[in-house]
Amino acid sequence: MKAQKNIEYKATSNACKLCSPLGASLVFRGIEKSMPLLHGSQGCSTYIRRYLISHFNEPVDIASSNFTEETTIFGGGANLKIAVQNIIKQYDPELIGVATTCLSETIGDDVPLILRDYNKNDSGKLSPAIVSVSTPSYSGTHIDGFHGAVKATVDTIAEKGNIEAKHVNIFPNMLSPEDLRHLKDIFFDFGAEHIMLPDYSQTLDGPLWSEYQKIPEGGTTVKQIASMGDAAASIEFGRILAEEESAGKLLKKKFQVPCYSLGIPIGVNETDVFFNALSTITGKPVPEKYVQERGRLIDAYADGHKYVFEARAVVYGEEDLVIGLASFLSEIGIVPVLCASGGESGHLKNKLCQVIPDFETRGIEALEGVDFVDIGDAAKKLSPDFLIGSSKGYKIAREINKPLIRVGFPIHDRMGGARILHIGYKGTQQLFDTISNIIIASKQDASSVGYTYM
Amino acid sequence: MEPMRKETTEYEEKTDNWKDIDPKKVKQEIMEKYPPKVARKRSKHFVINKKVDDENYTEIQANVRTIPGIISQRGCCYAGCKGVVMGPTRDIINLTHGPIGCGFYSWLTRRNQTDPSTTPDGHNFMTYCFSTDMEEREIIFGGEKKLKAAIQEAYDIFKPKMISVFATCPVGLIGDDIHSVTREMEKKLGITIFGFSCEGYKGVSQSAGHHVANNGLFQHVIGLDDTVKEGDYKVNLLGEYNIGGDAFLIEDLFERCGITLISTFSGNSSVDHFSNSHTADLNLIMCHRSINYVADMMEQKYGIPWLKINFLSAEATSRSLRKIAEYYGDQKLIDRVEEVIAEEMPAVEKAQAEIRPRLEGKLAMMFVGGSRAHHYQELFKEIGMITIAAGYEFAHRDDYEGRHVLPKIKVDADSRNIEELDVQKDPEKYNPRIDKKELEAEERHGVRLKDYEGMMPDMEEGDYVIDDISQYETEKLIETYKPAIFCAGIKEKYMIQKHGIPMKQLHSYDTGGPYAVYKGAVNFYYEMDRMINSKVWDHIKAPWEKSPELSAMYAYE
Repeated sequence: MKAQKNIEYKATSNACKLCSPLGASLVFRGIEKSMPLLHGSQGCSTYIRRYLISHFNEPVDIASSNFTEETTIFGGGANLKIAVQNIIKQYDPELIGVATTCLSETIGDDVPLILRDYNKNDSGKLSPAIVSVSTPSYSGTHIDGFHGAVKATVDTIAEKGNIEAKHVNIFPNMLSPEDLRHLKDIFFDFGAEHIMLPDYSQTLDGPLWSEYQKIPEGGTTVKQIASMGDAAASIEFGRILAEEESAGKLLKKKFQVPCYSLGIPIGVNETDVFFNALSTITGKPVPEKYVQERGRLIDAYADGHKYVFEARAVVYGEEDLVIGLASFLSEIGIVPVLCASGGESGHLKNKLCQVIPDFETRGIEALEGVDFVDIGDAAKKLSPDFLIGSSKGYKIAREINKPLIRVGFPIHDRMGGARILHIGYKGTQQLFDTISNIIIASKQDASSVGYTYM
Repeated sequence: MEPMRKETTEYEEKTDNWKDIDPKKVKQEIMEKYPPKVARKRSKHFVINKKVDDENYTEIQANVRTIPGIISQRGCCYAGCKGVVMGPTRDIINLTHGPIGCGFYSWLTRRNQTDPSTTPDGHNFMTYCFSTDMEEREIIFGGEKKLKAAIQEAYDIFKPKMISVFATCPVGLIGDDIHSVTREMEKKLGITIFGFSCEGYKGVSQSAGHHVANNGLFQHVIGLDDTVKEGDYKVNLLGEYNIGGDAFLIEDLFERCGITLISTFSGNSSVDHFSNSHTADLNLIMCHRSINYVADMMEQKYGIPWLKINFLSAEATSRSLRKIAEYYGDQKLIDRVEEVIAEEMPAVEKAQAEIRPRLEGKLAMMFVGGSRAHHYQELFKEIGMITIAAGYEFAHRDDYEGRHVLPKIKVDADSRNIEELDVQKDPEKYNPRIDKKELEAEERHGVRLKDYEGMMPDMEEGDYVIDDISQYETEKLIETYKPAIFCAGIKEKYMIQKHGIPMKQLHSYDTGGPYAVYKGAVNFYYEMDRMINSKVWDHIKAPWEKSPELSAMYAYE
């Protein structure tokens, strides 16, 4: 895929990706009474906490097995066991999610084996579920750690109870807490029981506490995860994820749960697919509320298209988010001239072509495995009207003096990253209004007259 | 702007009673919840401040490993080296050799400020984050090739004066020798290039990384440029990182006093300043923990003495300025310093008089850094607030108890792993700036050199001094005391605010600052007033929660 790059950079300057243990930690924070534990140096957990905390503006506890120089020589087994013991005594969790780091992976610690030993030693006691996932930071990006942790959790815990299946599993990809809340509303309005993994809608965007909470309330319960094998169907979001060994596909293989691999529902097209699928799975019509939402959205498209068509956008972020956003932009007449990601699945261009019929004729560029210097270089040539992605693209926006619309993760320079709604007709509506207004504002600010009527 | 102000708060009712709480009991209750082994260890870090004799306070355990599974504030060796000490220098290309995470996470998150217009080439690479972005193939086949290519590439694009390379956890393990690569590339490119062995697992915290960074600077940069600059009273400022623009205010103050600043380590700093810093007469130390090594080594090699100073709070600033003037013993400087103090103090006193009645007697807690938790106490004192609990993330015993305990500190395996340089007098450049007798006596004109008494003597007996505080201990303390404000870093911020208590970041200052010297102090007073007396804390309880009798009545009806 490197061949797609404009310049063959050896080093990465201003990366457009984070490391895989971050994604895994996020997933484990979305399980009820769960504690993520990074097997490596304490710096990993500290850095990742800081990054997640700064985005969500919420406490995020992540434990560490605190490697020492000796640990790196003799192996991290003893440290990991002590860490697990101390977490159990202090936090009394129902699940401990162990993710590895580049350090423990490089020295070759066999984490499942160490943890198996641990369980044996403590037999008789009621112990929490322990899930482990291999997340060496030198392989893949944060989104791989995210999907890896979802899959490992399902693999370890989900069972088939041979009961009559009726609920739907939803693997939502790395969305905002607001997105997750909206998804829950949609399932509720459909009258469809669901189990969503992960669900950090409350753990990472909750109210003030009236009393001390060792682990913030909320999240998918271990019991729910166990029953995922009994579901009527699974839905997973992400056209790239569709190409990968995912939790949804694992459930299909192990327990014959049908799996619907859909795009992230941003824009009318991708959201229609999602609602259609829900309707098919549940055998129920789309609730009137959403018919209305869709209607209002199309009405807004009609009213606002004059502002946005032929506008040029630079889109960056996780590949699946980029595909969702590009699909939406393209359907309202905005040309996503550059679709870029630090991820490198090898599928980005193909998938973009699926959602953007005029991808080739528009001369849209799809760049995988790039950093913000690559994106900036390309952006400067493409004279975009705005950028859309995480706050880390701000430097480019500033250089080319174009607005940046902040979506996704991380958003470290604005309030409310956790409350951005990206998905569904409602999320699309908000994105549409935001984008239209940014374009209108640019025109307004650039005018010498100073019109108050645009 | 008139700050939003509330009427009364819950904790105001409590602050009167806090003296009735028995700290020993609080400690006991906290320790009881730990497994016995952990309790034994944490107990030594969790000290109730007490003077033992004329010189000594209760011994505290510090700079030892955090227990696995205990959630700590601490970072790693790499964080201390790259993020803290080397990060804030604008014209060095700081290249992280490792997987992408480490570089990304240390990408200008400390809000260090810099002014590139003051160096001729105008270089500023601080908004960049350079990484070799090691992938699986490098872990298997080695990353030296990629590192070389990255150095070459950085040189080709930016033509920097200096490139430094930071090792992350896997580097040593896969056998990459960053030092031989940097030596080779230095020879090839003719600029200063060197590496830091600051793998994350080394040492017990970021403190190890500070030491590694100090050693690197001392070996590779300091002393490269012998040009002697014009000016009187030439000083270096050590351990000032220009967060929120603090260093700019200090620079301005120095200029007005006629003090010539050669180099700051490392805030608004440049390689040019570092290279030339051995031409100064005196080193001034702000953050004792992160940079006292450089001061000691510069004294040994070049004969430059050092003084501990503090520019946080008006009182500390005046004291520090007088100390510097006294050290030089030059009437011109002594008078000038007094003039500047006299110019600054009216505004300070006016602000104090305004703010004090609104904050008097309120409690503060602070757990941050290796010096900040000490320095900020004076700022709180100036507005009548009481720091009842304080501690550091990564300090050593001397930062708590004073440097006189240095010979008594046990060197454990973790500390031994960080190189101690063997420094000798430079045959040509050694030049004792003051009388040999004064250097030996560590005193000049009544001013103690190389002296730092630590945090404990500045705190009351019965106050809490807690090293490497855990999440759980933090929770318990704020539950017990409901302080008016809690100071730490971003990791603690939202957990504290979940309890309805304002939390001030003293690492990156949130979006605030500067807080240094006089203008900064005034800034800080107002900031504390706005935070503590903000109306938002009034909305925590809904009306139906405020009068439960009313709700109960409705329910009954």
